Amino acid sequence: MNNYDAIVIGAGHNGLTNAAFLAKAGLRVLVVERNAYIGGATVSRELHEGWQYSSCSYVCSLFRPEIYNALDLGRHGLKIIPLVSSMTFKQDGDYFGSYSQPNIRRRELMRHSLRDADAVVRFDADVLRWCKLIRGFLLRTPPDPGSFRPRDLFEFAYLLKKYYELSESQLYEFIRFFTMSIAEYLENYFENDTVLAHYSGGSIIGTGLGVYSPGTAYVLLHHAMGDVDGNIGSWGFARGGMGAVADALASSFQAHGGEIRTDADVRRIMVAGNKATGVELASGEIITAKTVVSNLDAKRTFLQIMDEADLPPQLVHRAKHFKIRGSSGKLNIALDGMPEFPALPHGSPLTLGHMHFTDTLHRLEKAYDDWKDDRWSADPYCDALVPSQYDPSLAPPGKHMMSVFVQYCPVNPEGGWTDAKREQFGQTVIDQIADYSPNFKDLLLHVEVRTPREIEEETGLTEGNIFQGELTFDQLLFNRPFPGYAQYRGPVKGMYMCGSSTHPGGGVMGAPGANAAREILRDLRRPDTTPQEFSDD
Amino acid sequence: MSIPNDHFRQAIQHTPFHARLAALTQTEEWTVWNGCMAPRVLDKLSTEYFAVRSSCSVMDMSPMEKYRITGADAYRFLDRLLTRDLSALRPGRVTYVVWCNDEGKLIDDGTLFQFGDGDYRLCSQHHQFDWLMTSAMGFDVNIEVETHDVAALAVQGPTSYSVLTEAGIAGLEDLRPFGIANLSCQDFPVVVSRTGYTGDLGYEVWVSPENALPLWDAIFSVKSRYDVHAIGLSTLEMVRIEAGFIMPGFDFNTAESTVRANFDRSPYEVGLGWVVNLDKGQFTGRKALVAESKRPAKRRLTKITIEGNKPVGEAFIYNKKGGKLVGEIKCAVWSPILKANIALADIEYIGGALPKKLWARLDYQRELKWMSAWAECRPTNKPFYSPDHRSATPPSRL
Amino acid sequence: MIERIDAIIIGAGHNGLVCGAYLARSGLKVLFLEARDAVGGMTSESTIDDDFHIAGLAHTSFPVCAKIRKDLRLEKFGYSAGKGIETITLQEDGRHLRFGRNTVSGPDLTDKDVDAYRHFKDEFFGYAKAMRPMFATRPPRLKNMDFADKMTLAKLGWNIRFGLGRESMYEFLRVAAINIYDVLEEEFEDERLKGALAADAVIGHHMGPRSPGTVLTWLARLHAELNGPLSVVSGGPSQMCNALLQAVEASGASIRTGARVKKILVDKGKAFGVELEDGEIVKAKTIVSNADPRSTFLELVGAPQLDATFIQRVTQIRGAGDVAKLHLALSGTPEFLGLSASELENRLLIAPTMRYVEHAFNDAKYARYSEQPVLEITLPSLHNDSLAPRGHHVMSVNIQYAPYDIDGGWHEQKTTFAYKIIALIGKYAPNLKSLIVDHEFLTPQDIESRYNVRQGHWHHGEMTIHQSFMMRPVHGAAQYNTPIDGLYLCGAGAHPGGGLTGLPGHNAAQRILESGIAK
Repeated sequence: MNNYDAIVIGAGHNGLTNAAFLAKAGLRVLVVERNAYIGGATVSRELHEGWQYSSCSYVCSLFRPEIYNALDLGRHGLKIIPLVSSMTFKQDGDYFGSYSQPNIRRRELMRHSLRDADAVVRFDADVLRWCKLIRGFLLRTPPDPGSFRPRDLFEFAYLLKKYYELSESQLYEFIRFFTMSIAEYLENYFENDTVLAHYSGGSIIGTGLGVYSPGTAYVLLHHAMGDVDGNIGSWGFARGGMGAVADALASSFQAHGGEIRTDADVRRIMVAGNKATGVELASGEIITAKTVVSNLDAKRTFLQIMDEADLPPQLVHRAKHFKIRGSSGKLNIALDGMPEFPALPHGSPLTLGHMHFTDTLHRLEKAYDDWKDDRWSADPYCDALVPSQYDPSLAPPGKHMMSVFVQYCPVNPEGGWTDAKREQFGQTVIDQIADYSPNFKDLLLHVEVRTPREIEEETGLTEGNIFQGELTFDQLLFNRPFPGYAQYRGPVKGMYMCGSSTHPGGGVMGAPGANAAREILRDLRRPDTTPQEFSDD
Repeated sequence: MSIPNDHFRQAIQHTPFHARLAALTQTEEWTVWNGCMAPRVLDKLSTEYFAVRSSCSVMDMSPMEKYRITGADAYRFLDRLLTRDLSALRPGRVTYVVWCNDEGKLIDDGTLFQFGDGDYRLCSQHHQFDWLMTSAMGFDVNIEVETHDVAALAVQGPTSYSVLTEAGIAGLEDLRPFGIANLSCQDFPVVVSRTGYTGDLGYEVWVSPENALPLWDAIFSVKSRYDVHAIGLSTLEMVRIEAGFIMPGFDFNTAESTVRANFDRSPYEVGLGWVVNLDKGQFTGRKALVAESKRPAKRRLTKITIEGNKPVGEAFIYNKKGGKLVGEIKCAVWSPILKANIALADIEYIGGALPKKLWARLDYQRELKWMSAWAECRPTNKPFYSPDHRSATPPSRL
Repeated sequence: MIERIDAIIIGAGHNGLVCGAYLARSGLKVLFLEARDAVGGMTSESTIDDDFHIAGLAHTSFPVCAKIRKDLRLEKFGYSAGKGIETITLQEDGRHLRFGRNTVSGPDLTDKDVDAYRHFKDEFFGYAKAMRPMFATRPPRLKNMDFADKMTLAKLGWNIRFGLGRESMYEFLRVAAINIYDVLEEEFEDERLKGALAADAVIGHHMGPRSPGTVLTWLARLHAELNGPLSVVSGGPSQMCNALLQAVEASGASIRTGARVKKILVDKGKAFGVELEDGEIVKAKTIVSNADPRSTFLELVGAPQLDATFIQRVTQIRGAGDVAKLHLALSGTPEFLGLSASELENRLLIAPTMRYVEHAFNDAKYARYSEQPVLEITLPSLHNDSLAPRGHHVMSVNIQYAPYDIDGGWHEQKTTFAYKIIALIGKYAPNLKSLIVDHEFLTPQDIESRYNVRQGHWHHGEMTIHQSFMMRPVHGAAQYNTPIDGLYLCGAGAHPGGGLTGLPGHNAAQRILESGIAK
């Protein structure tokens, strides 16, 4: 049987989310996946025997609870365990910890700056205000400024109404927040170098920008607006690694009658008479469906699996210039035991959370300068986590799994990537951690190093960009991925996009997949199975 | 103040009086006040309450935030910070003050102590160092956090004067309300101010932390002759409502922590218009408050008495039974001395005036079953309870 | 007997002059108080070695917009837009490119890039035009709007939606807030071309080509270019000031130079006059400050007269100057490789690639001057022979980046840096060194003290998005009026910012007159 109502290309978390909502609406849905396993970048893989690596994305916070609820992911096995802390090691042997216990958090801030300890009240209130505002738009389709359809006008009116709930000065502050650099934004609140560096880090993850680049303050929200059970800004681990997210989604999808085919590489989306008719696999097999949804990034979708002849030239031009520069690397490390960090007093809970090793804004900015010149950062910003402390399923007893996200790593260093260069890059990261952990190098059992090249090879994310396209103003909201194509519909009837290249972008939210499903079901005049956003008064 | 890098081992700090409180408590009902362990109730609420109203209560108020403000511009700085006209404040005097942000919304309230020329202490409920430093730009002023460098006891109640005098603090007879005296207790210095949060006769005694326990012991040494009773925050909540005092962060949301638009409050809106002086010159929020003072009032935090004896918790207020929602109760208590339910309620004005009738919808439990009842509310302008002995100088020796 | 004065203008820079001229024309009694001995602010002349003159800190300008020219009858007072010049971006190998309004020429340039350039400039001129309603008046408030605010937004919205057309609107909304680097990478192949355009977008700003917001700074420049080509006005921009000065005098305003205002006097939130350095008090109900916003609020008004958060915002205005100026007195005409003598009258850029510009910026981020700076060079004496003795010349060079504060301090490093710049120009003009008679080097700190502009910033504050429009210089003072009743801003620190446009002055005057004081 080679005929379906809908085919979703790519079994990443957004593809599976999208497929699950379509299946829930009663469609016969097939998900085709190039790899032998599902998950895309939300994947757990045993790349070293006995260890489960969340080999790409590694923590979870933005995933929409509405989707979790609507697809019953808890019953399908997903558990997200909140993380308790984050911290930054200082070069002088001290450290700064951001604890979740409020009194300890305050005392730790006081230890570094009395003023910052008080200012954080104002900071928290302001960031929460912006989060509340933005979160309301995650599960909505962006309006098209070029359209006068009632729906678009209504949506614009809704946007305006939301903004108008702010006071006049808050409105200006919001615009400032949206257009400032994270460093300058934080300098409105904090004075201590380490505190500034600590809170800035989240704003450059996955971006091609530095802490002093305007526009990065907003990226903070992409890392702060997530919540685990109402704890805004907190991050969590998926038990079993990020693959658990994909597994739960797949299980929910299959429970609604969906089918998944792995090892099924799509060669092209077939189009006839400006209508999608199905897909052709690399094997030559043809599968037909009137609805074809691509979870691939916008570049890959339009430039690789669609025929230029089927597309408007303007769109091809846009796709060619879609900004999708990768800037991140990743190390997955199997450890023989828990590394020691002498800077931390015995019994410190801070190894349980995010660990960073960059304690000044200048160091962060210099890390970016290297990337601008197509070099990996000599002194990178790292986000290290040892989730096996919580989750015994990730490593054998007494052993540990460490995940190190590395900013910045270039797509194409001078002369291109080689295996030797990749190892040098990995060594840079290991050396940085070893500066703070003398026994770290002795504990290394297996180190898997990923540059944008490896990320692209495995997940298909063009240039290894973790967000399926940079989160800059030209690629946000109604500009994402391209102006005029931000409502999940492709240029060909029956063809849709559901990946993070679309609004609201990357970060394992599931929102693009759900939003695309809403538009598809609308076009098919099927009942909407996607959830409304939880009210956030 | 130096904080060790392993402070995480103890999330909640102890005040200098902790050893005595820990020895006294029968309930172990602790709460956290500004990072410190503070008792809610030590033995029995009604006993503690009547200590305030009929004899002498002692409360540890060390966790209160305290800032020392000195320097050539200290007065000008405070004048620009605070809404109140400070020109009448003199060394040795205390005044109640509030401060606002640029939009004229309340950030906090507190008491301002003037020790000498250019030497002040500001006490507040919430963390204010960041705001004080922000406000200090352009002033030659030095601001130090002395929250943990000064311990304090509130000694309040009709016999508080006698108790302190008996305890060895001589010279209180001339101390008028809102006065400060540098005295000694036994062999160590104390600063005593005739201030408090109870609406009764009372003093606050300020000492350096190493003299905290000797002070406590001196006061409690007279227990054989006077009923001296340590109290917790639950009692304070009762008596401060009786006295008509408001608590920022509880009765209204403080501006710096407000997320939603219009969830903060101006001094006028909480009935503190009397501490705002629009004619004194510039202070932060003046422009906004001038504009607000010209508009009809939108809402007021109003003192109300609620008929009957049903328990009052959080409740909505309507302009008639089943009528229009006009407000909500922010804090309420059954007053043992008035035998009445009293409350502070945030009430929306209709046409610039308080609605003529106010009805509270009370939801309460009886043996775990929820009940609902209407109760009429009567507004009042005066403190619910303000005894004459509160302000007599010298206080009568009891 | 002191004459009644309606409005005091603090600082007689070009924006102050424009504003004052409008006010005076409306019948107000206007008094200018200028701290320096000359009017014109950054456009006023400086002299090296007695015989050599530089027409102003700003050495080139776009024509003043037609409305101001006409309203103030500037042509009558001797203003002319001057001869349009072009920009030549220099390459060490002599393969220079030459830019006209929407043309570019030079060796090894592909037709594709030439076409793309034409299309690109036209497209962006379209955007600049669409934004005109925003530039030509006070920025609208976003809440509590009045009719004029709504009109401004409506015109802007109309222009963007219908003036540009659907595709251009999409493109405008896409690129308006991003960086020039990404846009240029999309459009062009030639590194020289991209380098020069990137330099134009960042000149005068503490931003590199990769900094988001540089499309907007470039649009602001294009907005000025809509009035006509860049020129080294004969007599320099100071000639523009002379015309303004005459316009002002003709309208009955009086000017006092050497009169440094120490304080703006405020009582209960209302300005009532100024106090001069010598203690003299001059009263007026309207005070207009052409000084930069930080000096105005922090020094002239003073923090005690303003709300705390407002002061904090003002303190945080980003506006550390990042451009130094080198003036060279030359004994002859420098010879640039690959340039004819007549081509020297153009604006010469040293910004060979975008990477070069970005690297220059890298240094500035860490409080160092650029080892390889971006240079903008003119020879004003080619346009006005009174600036230098016969056969001699003056060269005026803007050097970017030269941070206001550098590690180790300017005092120690100023001379070294000047020599490095001379050596750098020497690569393109080998005989330059032998011609130098004398030089003057102004760091941002020197610019600060000479022109009374805080941190020596050309634009009185960075023109980042968060400091533009209804947030320029800060919200609460972005419609020219300030929290102090009767006190207005009219300088480059106000919307729409720097450049010799006169628009802040014009818009401020409009705002002041709206308040009805002319009656």
